[in-house]
Amino acid sequence: MPTLVSHPDEVKVVSRRFGLGAEAIDKYIELDGYKAVQKAIEQGPEWIVNEMKASGLRGRGGAGFPTGMKWSFVPKVSEKPKYVLVNGDESEPGTCKDHVIFLHDPHAVIEGTMIAGLAIGAKMGFIYLRGEYRYLLKIVEKAVADAYAKGILGKNIFGKEGVDFDIITQTGAGAYEVGEESALMESLEGKRGVPRIKPPFPAVVGLYGGPTVINNAETIANAPHILLMGGEAYAKLGSERNGGTRLFGISGHVERPGVYELPMGYSLRKAIYEVAGGIKDGKQLKAVVPGGSSCPVLKADEIDVGLDFDQMGKAGTMLGSGGIVVLDETVSIVEFALRTIRFYQHESCGWCIPCREGTDWLKKTLTRFHAGGGNKKDIDNIQYLAENMMGRTFCPLGDAAAMPTLGFIKKFRSEFEEYLAGARVEHPLIQIQPVGEPELAGAH
Amino acid sequence: MAVVPNTIFSPETAARFDKLASIYPVKRSALIPMLLYAQDEVGYVSDEVVAELAKRLDLLELDVRGVLSYYSMLRTKPAGKYNVQVCTNISCMLRGGFELLDHCKKTLGIGHKGVTPDGLFSLEEVECIGACCWAPAVQVNYDFHDDLTPAKMDAVLADYAAGRGKDVK
Amino acid sequence: MPDVNFIVDGQKLTAPAGTLLIDACKSAGIEIPAFCYYPGLSLQAACRMCVVRIEKAPKLATACTTTVAEGMNVTTESPEIAQARKATLQLLLGNHPLDCPVCDAGGECELQDMTFKYGAADSFYTEPKNHREEQKWSPVVYFDRPRCILCYRCVRMCGEGMDVFALGIQNRGSSSVIAPNVPSQLASLLNAGADQAQLDCEQCGMCIDACPVGALTSGTYRYKTRPWEMNHVATVCTHCGDGCKTTLGVRSVSDGSEIVRGDNRDKSGMNGDFLCNKGRYAFDFTNNIERLTSPLVRQADGKLKPVSWDEALKFTGKKLRELRDTRGPQSIGVIGSNRTTNEENYLLQKFARTVLGTNNIDHHRTADFVTLANALQGTTGRFASQRNVENAQALLVIGGDPTNQAPLTAWNLRTNVRLNKARLYIANHEEIKLRRQAKDFIQVQQFGYGSLASYLAGNNAAAEGASIVAQADQLSNFRTAIQAEEKLIVLIGNEVRGGELANLIKALPNARFALMADYVNSRGASDMGLLPDALPGYQPLSGSALANEYTAPTAPGLDLLAMFDAATRGDLSALYVVGSNPIKRFGIDPFALKDTFFIVQDLFLTETAQIADVVFPAANLYEKAGSVTNSYGDLQLVSKAADKAGTRSDFELIVRLADHMGHDIKTLVPFGKGLRADMGQSRGAQSGEADRHAVWLMANNMEPKLSPFDPFAILDEIQRVVPGYDKLLRLQLLSGNDQHIAPASTGLVQIENRKDLVLPSSDTLFTSGSLTRYSPMLQDVQRHQETEVADHLAAD
Ligand SMILES: Cc1cc2nc3c(=O)[nH]c(=O)nc-3n(C[C@H](O)[C@H](O)[C@H](O)COP(=O)(O)O)c2cc1C
Ligand code: SF4
Ligand code: FES
Repeated sequence: MPTLVSHPDEVKVVSRRFGLGAEAIDKYIELDGYKAVQKAIEQGPEWIVNEMKASGLRGRGGAGFPTGMKWSFVPKVSEKPKYVLVNGDESEPGTCKDHVIFLHDPHAVIEGTMIAGLAIGAKMGFIYLRGEYRYLLKIVEKAVADAYAKGILGKNIFGKEGVDFDIITQTGAGAYEVGEESALMESLEGKRGVPRIKPPFPAVVGLYGGPTVINNAETIANAPHILLMGGEAYAKLGSERNGGTRLFGISGHVERPGVYELPMGYSLRKAIYEVAGGIKDGKQLKAVVPGGSSCPVLKADEIDVGLDFDQMGKAGTMLGSGGIVVLDETVSIVEFALRTIRFYQHESCGWCIPCREGTDWLKKTLTRFHAGGGNKKDIDNIQYLAENMMGRTFCPLGDAAAMPTLGFIKKFRSEFEEYLAGARVEHPLIQIQPVGEPELAGAH
Repeated sequence: MAVVPNTIFSPETAARFDKLASIYPVKRSALIPMLLYAQDEVGYVSDEVVAELAKRLDLLELDVRGVLSYYSMLRTKPAGKYNVQVCTNISCMLRGGFELLDHCKKTLGIGHKGVTPDGLFSLEEVECIGACCWAPAVQVNYDFHDDLTPAKMDAVLADYAAGRGKDVK
Repeated sequence: MPDVNFIVDGQKLTAPAGTLLIDACKSAGIEIPAFCYYPGLSLQAACRMCVVRIEKAPKLATACTTTVAEGMNVTTESPEIAQARKATLQLLLGNHPLDCPVCDAGGECELQDMTFKYGAADSFYTEPKNHREEQKWSPVVYFDRPRCILCYRCVRMCGEGMDVFALGIQNRGSSSVIAPNVPSQLASLLNAGADQAQLDCEQCGMCIDACPVGALTSGTYRYKTRPWEMNHVATVCTHCGDGCKTTLGVRSVSDGSEIVRGDNRDKSGMNGDFLCNKGRYAFDFTNNIERLTSPLVRQADGKLKPVSWDEALKFTGKKLRELRDTRGPQSIGVIGSNRTTNEENYLLQKFARTVLGTNNIDHHRTADFVTLANALQGTTGRFASQRNVENAQALLVIGGDPTNQAPLTAWNLRTNVRLNKARLYIANHEEIKLRRQAKDFIQVQQFGYGSLASYLAGNNAAAEGASIVAQADQLSNFRTAIQAEEKLIVLIGNEVRGGELANLIKALPNARFALMADYVNSRGASDMGLLPDALPGYQPLSGSALANEYTAPTAPGLDLLAMFDAATRGDLSALYVVGSNPIKRFGIDPFALKDTFFIVQDLFLTETAQIADVVFPAANLYEKAGSVTNSYGDLQLVSKAADKAGTRSDFELIVRLADHMGHDIKTLVPFGKGLRADMGQSRGAQSGEADRHAVWLMANNMEPKLSPFDPFAILDEIQRVVPGYDKLLRLQLLSGNDQHIAPASTGLVQIENRKDLVLPSSDTLFTSGSLTRYSPMLQDVQRHQETEVADHLAAD
């Protein structure tokens, strides 16, 4: 069971109830649970959306799109039913924050889903968890059942005539790409996780063709708190244009890895050196992947930057999913780059050429390079491949593979060059076969 | 409701499938959960599973296979009773994921996607499983084990071998 | 949609709002490369080749998914765009085998063309390519996986276009692969009841046509030749009555020229993208070694023996003349063909009526066109064309199963429903596959079409006899819906004929109609008067202008069955059968003809030819020029593609027979008129010029008409004397376009209580009358369907 950590600098909003037994519905209610949704029913959709807009909450799934605005895009009237879809596919390497929300505060996700439903006029919500999170699914399923039993979900909720809301829990089966919102809808419809052409955007044509709001689980879990504390109060917790707090998962070579709730704009350096206790075993910092594996790497001297979407953007990287991966001086960037690209190669859905073939060739080239068979031209080729994937793929996964690759080459080119002189193969990194491929005979 | 006579599944699973096929706005949505639950029961997604799920959801077998072959957790060959999935993705790699994998290989005497001769364990190197802050992490079937070392791993394996392991279903 | 103005590469363009940029550019002559985009199929945006720069957009945009908007400023070629496309090609070529020299698609491969254009041939990958073995999916479809670039055209063509869904995508990422719907284990299927297996692949080969590279290849063509070594001739498929254009690839062989490929390379026909299994592959009967290549005459010993053309013709001509003169013209019968050209059909009936002097002429009728013409007499614009099926808003199919019997009709119906949201209604005595596209379907009682017609006409009492309905008001709702349609196209299968057909037509006074007949020129055979009771154009045997010109007998002649009855009685002195197999088709006892002098023209020694006294080896539709009329009355040109030494066209044979009977052939074929003056000198110093000139004329699709064997000379006459065909435009015809022909609206023959002689051929997707067994491909596919596939389907 994941250990809970804490630090005095934390500002606990979504994590307020962590470790307090709030997965039990009575405890949740005792801790102000399901108050926000009742308030939302009273105040109506416009109020909800306004509070969300005022909160400055930006999507916690990675792209940082303002949540209130997203909700306001859903057409008021629609022939087809509208839906809320909670993205709990959490698969970006370095990210495990939704994990703890589902574990410790599943009702917050349920309540947030209901609030989103009220805001857009949906009567059904889906909570989609990645397939690996089976034990969390059971926790969420139980929470949903308890809520039904209490009349919080279902018909005439809270005894209010005509106010209905249903929640269906859903599970994936191992596919990173399914975290992408349109692929998520495909997967939920029982199909291959291939993204859809946009426009139309999900807010207009989404799940089963109906207008759909898709939010990350953490985004959704924030909604009840925002409605209770007021949008503006929430906004004030964070930095400019980046309202509130965020769960940051700090992993890798730090003394106290864990999921911490820090205000938006908090210093990355402090997060590493103070909150997470500094570099493990007294080693030196080499680099940081600041927001999940798709974000371009920062060098040790580039970490004086605030953890919010805009400041990270200015620093040439991204806040992403808030998964901060810390690398100490011992890490081989070549190996790290290979492990990163191998993931994207494995997870590319295969729909579009630049990503399908690009990740494959990146992986092949890096594998050979890593194994000591590289040459100088490979470095250029890797860069050429990544440059030609950037912005050309069907969905952002292609970019997610290209961006870190370009970052590694740009910032650590010399390390690649030195690697040519004396390769050090630490791990035989090629073991995972492409999905669906028959196992090769003799593969060990 | 597509209640299938002569189902290959246990009565509980069959009943669960009947229900799953009925709760969604479009019943095909039940496919991926069904595939997982079927795999949990049968051990893998057999041809019989494909045929029955296709029938239950009014799909072509081709559609079922297309979906099945897309998701990495679904397999068409039996795994061990306990499928040990070692994450080696970045956070775990930094904290010894590969060493753990090597250790498992040695202890179990099998490689990636191998199954021990007694059918008890199988081993798989997997991509990030969402436990990065508690790395290195391993999943045995659906159960998480984190902050592992080779020694702790041995204890985990011993627990399963002795039938003491948790089996989340 | 209102038009919007936008700029592409500096050019000001206009197109309706909502038009896809790629289409709008194409209309303006700006070609944007694309692999996955295919007009009419769903959008994929997967290949990323169509990227363009749209002013103010942050990234390159895909032209295949962008709709044009007012003020949009687009750049389609720039160094940036060229680099993007080049990089994509390089990525593809990284794994794509460079086996162009042996690849079937070499020379007509979109990847090859693009590589040529963007110069992406340099590869900087050192890793080996992913190799996979080739797979055989069926006798006609092979899949070479490494060549596949995953554009998903085949998947969509099969699913969206054909409604078959035999192809899908499996695996993920770089191991993604196109996979056919073949259950891996038969055993498990057998246990589970295989009705979900859906192995109803129509073997149409549309996936091959759609494939931009050589990943899907044709079982009949693979590794045979190179595209540039063939001549490509666009002509009309000989099989069903729909009239698809098929392009035949021909190459020279020692005894003529041989067809090696049929496809839809020339998408200019009314079939658009479509070709079915038969149109694509079933040309192979032409190369069958059993083709007759020498005339045969029955000898005293009772055996058929090859003889010279001269001998056979002299003998036959003399004998026919004798029989005509001694036993009278009424003792001779003539049976024509559904697969010969209009010119040949016209000529044959003219031969019967003016050379032999008899109305004893008929053919194997597969639809009741006479009743159709009669029932619509006095109206205009009520004959539907195949083009209507493509774009009409409302259509009704009564009887018949287009999916199996008229595949193009089915394709058009599906496409029309899919792309234009057309309303399709179906009334049939059994469920047909097109029901999936239908807005409403009612099941007609066995033999209930008459009652249905009566019910549609307002007779409520007929309801019970008309339909098996699930709900009480289903039938009345159906009628209401149909009657509310102001412009309805009604397609009628060959179960409905005679009085029932006439009543049905009466019941729907505003609709347009078409009958679905069975072979390429079934309609033409009827239109050209291969009928004992009507002259060409359904004109009466007496009183009409043509009757006066022919001075033939005015009493109706014997129909096909009556001829055999007469033969049995010993009253038929001679029978002349052209391209037809009545012995087999009508189950005639061969002994019926023991006292009849029997002449047959055919490709093969069919059941009918086997008992003939004289057999002439004939050319088939792919080996001659002329015109044909499809079921709908759409007239099209057929062009000579192949050539088989030792055969003659039916046209030539009829003319020569007339000649050998001593007939003045100038009265039969009006040749040599008009153009002689243009031909230059044909003797002396300039000799040879006429030939060269004739060659030039032919090459330019002009009509020399110098020879009595020139079908266009007869086309002149058809145009002059056959009402309906008088309106045809030569230029349209010669340009390879279809034009709709309708019988005249007045002056048609009126016959009460006509005997029903329609015999539907019941062909399926994999049969084509007597030709079936001479097509190795059809045999193979049938075997495949009956073994591999039927095993699954019949499992429960
Ligand atoms: C390849 C890819 C994977 C993604 N994976 C996830 C994921 O696992 N969880 C998630 O919440 N968002 C993920 N996203 C982002 C979603 O597409 C989407 O932006 C998000 O769910 C919206 O919610 P938010 O506005 O609350 O952030 C992913 C995006 C891409 C392109
Ligand atoms: S970029 Fe293309 S291949 Fe990659 S995941 Fe997205 S759609 Fe699939
Ligand atoms: S990297 Fe191993 S769980 Fe995330």
